[in-house]
Amino acid sequence: MTTICADPDEAVADVRDGSTVLVGGFGMAGMPVQLIDALIRQGATDLTVVSNNAGNGDTGLAALLAQGRVRKVVCSFPRQVDSWVFDGLYREGRVELELVPQGNLAERMRAAGAGIGAFFTPTGAGTPLAEGKETREIDGRTHVLEHPIRGDVALIGAHRADRAGNLVYRRTARNFGPVMATAAASVVVQVSEVVEIGDLDPEAVVTPSVFVDKVVAV
Amino acid sequence: MSTQGTLGKDEMAALVARDIPAGSFVNLGIGQPTSVADHLGADQGVVLHTENGMLGMGPRPAAGEEDPELTNAGKQPVTELPGASYFDSAASFAMMRGGHLDVCVLGAFQVSAGGDLANWHTGAPDAIPAVGGAMDLALGARSVFVMMTLFAKDGAPKLVPSCTYPLTGVGCVDRVYTELAVFDLRPEGVVVRETFGTTYDELAARLEVPLLRP
Repeated sequence: MTTICADPDEAVADVRDGSTVLVGGFGMAGMPVQLIDALIRQGATDLTVVSNNAGNGDTGLAALLAQGRVRKVVCSFPRQVDSWVFDGLYREGRVELELVPQGNLAERMRAAGAGIGAFFTPTGAGTPLAEGKETREIDGRTHVLEHPIRGDVALIGAHRADRAGNLVYRRTARNFGPVMATAAASVVVQVSEVVEIGDLDPEAVVTPSVFVDKVVAV
Repeated sequence: MSTQGTLGKDEMAALVARDIPAGSFVNLGIGQPTSVADHLGADQGVVLHTENGMLGMGPRPAAGEEDPELTNAGKQPVTELPGASYFDSAASFAMMRGGHLDVCVLGAFQVSAGGDLANWHTGAPDAIPAVGGAMDLALGARSVFVMMTLFAKDGAPKLVPSCTYPLTGVGCVDRVYTELAVFDLRPEGVVVRETFGTTYDELAARLEVPLLRP
């Protein structure tokens, strides 16, 4: 059952210290800023954050990092023109980084969501990002063994939800939302609008309600 | 050596655009490769893919028309062309990793004669590494084109016998576009395809990589 929450604070109330938090968004597109602001107020700390980037500007994920709540970032592209918060923490040794090729980031979460124990991929073979990992020759090509990334909680942004928890997204703000929704024990979604059951075209639903635990309109 | 006749950045982008087969599905990396889009002819029917989840990406919108939920991989505002589609990151990377894209164009710090690519990390101890989708694209696209200057600011060649920077992918680059020449990286060796403001002999003297005539 999906719970429709009154506000973002209720939606993130259960996040515990030490959690792995999947955070949607590609840059700021799809970034669940209001949920992150609520998580800052809620106070959970010692978090591992899995997200494509490591924060932009001073809001959203960057604000959570600036509060010192994040122990480790798992991402593909931390360094950007406006990633000064992460850059500073990283250079001071105050945040750990696991750099993951973006396709592996998506596929490792897809594997977690689909009950796959691990998978072999050629991405990263022969590079520093595959050092220490098991490899195998498949069809004459070196493949690297990659393991799932599972979240305790996922915070994602979508466009609309119905009261059952079905989600639709908007344009390129979709990005990591659908795959993260499959990969966490608790999936919390902020949307711009919650509509009645029957108001979303079932053919157009991108994330079905079974993956969604909490929804809040912001 | 005279630099007269060498290609400017715009001319390089136009050259890459010319060589992309009509009807291709193409991913342009962030930075200089993005400018290739400006030179693709409408009649070429090339469909641009952006890793953050779109096929049919159009140019930058007019001022005031930007949508923060419609951006490219460089997080810059773009537009939607007729026939466009949106999809999530897992599907987007299935396109890239599963061999569904015809061509990708990437920048590079170094390319080796054997087609190894180094474009994500200088290896400097204080640098913050970022890889994005480069490793997936370099291995997954059917043809991998690189656009780069042939020499670094310190004069060192960037087409090298063996990369000294950390690798992005092994044996993945098919063609290298530079301001002085276009090179095809083939099993038999590095073929000089075209030269600009220089000659085969001058290039052979300046590079440590053995070159083959076209």
